[in-house]
Amino acid sequence: MPDLGKYVVEVLLAYGVSVAILVGLVAVSWRQSARMRRALQAVEDRKHG
Amino acid sequence: MIALLRRDLMLATRAGGGFGLGLVFFLIVIVLIPFGVGPETAVLSRIAPGVLWVAALLAALLSLDRIFALDHEDGTLTLLATAPVPLETVAVAKSAAHWITTGVPLTIAAPVLGILLQLDPDAAVFVALTLLIGTPALSVIGTFGAALTVGVRRGGLLLSLLVLPLYVPTLIFGAEAVRRGADGVAATTPLLMLAGITAGAVALLPFATAAVLRINLR
Amino acid sequence: MSMWEYANPKRFMGWTAPVLPWAFGAAGICLSVGLIWGFFFTPDDFRQGSTVKIIYLHVPSALMAINAWIMMLVASLIWLVRRHHVSALAAKAAAPVGVAMTLIALATGAIWGQPMWGTYWAWDPRLTSFLILFLFYLGYMALWAAIDDPDTAADLTSVLCMVGSVFALLSRYAVNFWNQGLHQGASLSLDKEKNVADVFYQPLLFAIAGFVLLFFALVLLRTRTEIRSRRLRALLRKEG
Repeated sequence: MPDLGKYVVEVLLAYGVSVAILVGLVAVSWRQSARMRRALQAVEDRKHG
Repeated sequence: MIALLRRDLMLATRAGGGFGLGLVFFLIVIVLIPFGVGPETAVLSRIAPGVLWVAALLAALLSLDRIFALDHEDGTLTLLATAPVPLETVAVAKSAAHWITTGVPLTIAAPVLGILLQLDPDAAVFVALTLLIGTPALSVIGTFGAALTVGVRRGGLLLSLLVLPLYVPTLIFGAEAVRRGADGVAATTPLLMLAGITAGAVALLPFATAAVLRINLR
Repeated sequence: MSMWEYANPKRFMGWTAPVLPWAFGAAGICLSVGLIWGFFFTPDDFRQGSTVKIIYLHVPSALMAINAWIMMLVASLIWLVRRHHVSALAAKAAAPVGVAMTLIALATGAIWGQPMWGTYWAWDPRLTSFLILFLFYLGYMALWAAIDDPDTAADLTSVLCMVGSVFALLSRYAVNFWNQGLHQGASLSLDKEKNVADVFYQPLLFAIAGFVLLFFALVLLRTRTEIRSRRLRALLRKEG
């Protein structure tokens, strides 16, 4: 950890919040994609199966 | 178009049309402010122009969903769409009706109710002037928003979310013009910007409104 | 759905499938390089101390917050003119990513400003403009959610995006006018035109590249989800 001096809280908070939002967005997007793929697959199998 | 306008005005002013409710709402908000921020004259006097503007915005918002809702429900809107009158004209007529029944009364009431907020007499003139210039924009923008949400059931809240951000430039320049005028500083820049926004909105938004109405009536 | 209508989305699904993992991979690499380099291996600023490290998050996210909206505007125009469904769905898909970027820009901006201004929020013109942009994004997403018919929703949100863009620009000028007297010079001036020294600039480039690639990857991913959702809806409607 570099010496952040007196701004430790600010810098870590900024990085923490940003990374959390990005990770959250990617995770949610992946999950939505997987769910939709499964749902579509199920219906398509029903039709063509 | 005059016929349309007259019809809307009649609808708004007869019983159950909601005329006057906007004014009462305006009054109530004004009355609530001192309860929220305290009765101190200096404080109230300082925030009065801004509060009057914000309260006017909110009051203008109230009657927006009525613009198309009733006509949409009973099919009149679809009829209007097929009429020889272009939808752009319908949009202008609706906006004009809203302005006459809501914007103008607010413009007149604001300086008077400003007394409750210890409004500086120098500022009162500017309040009236800026509202006079700005409320047509509020009506035209609001009509656009109402057209967007005409098919949404209980779309009042969505309407507010869509319209209020669009009101921000008008609000900023209107309130700033009042502040500068009250201080005796030249208020020309904000006044011109305010007028420019209104002029642009009135000239261009009816086309967007008509396009949106066509989409919703398909 | 006729074969022609499905062809475009189908081709989109086709080429995005192999591209997607590379896009995420490249985004991950650039982001890691940019952020790790910036966080661990750059000096402090003489005026702002270690808070200058926030630049690697704030600048890219602010850039993307605006670029996401511009992309949505272009996609909306393409939809209105050429009726390519993929375009409309891409705009819808980009909105949440734009919101996230705006939130990061706001949060990092406020956090960065705290030591300078002594408060967690100040109505600095730039931050305020981003707050207004945030509201525009919310309205756009709310309208998509409120309209049942997908094509109507696409049309309405496209018009809203266009009108909103004009007013967003107007707001930018209005806000600058509104707060010009107060925070001159003290505002969070992250103009790249101002001399950002090389030592800060290079990791910043990687961070920006990372954010751009991440936006691209996420929009691809989310658009694929929207396309599948649309197909699912159509299939269910035919069944039921």
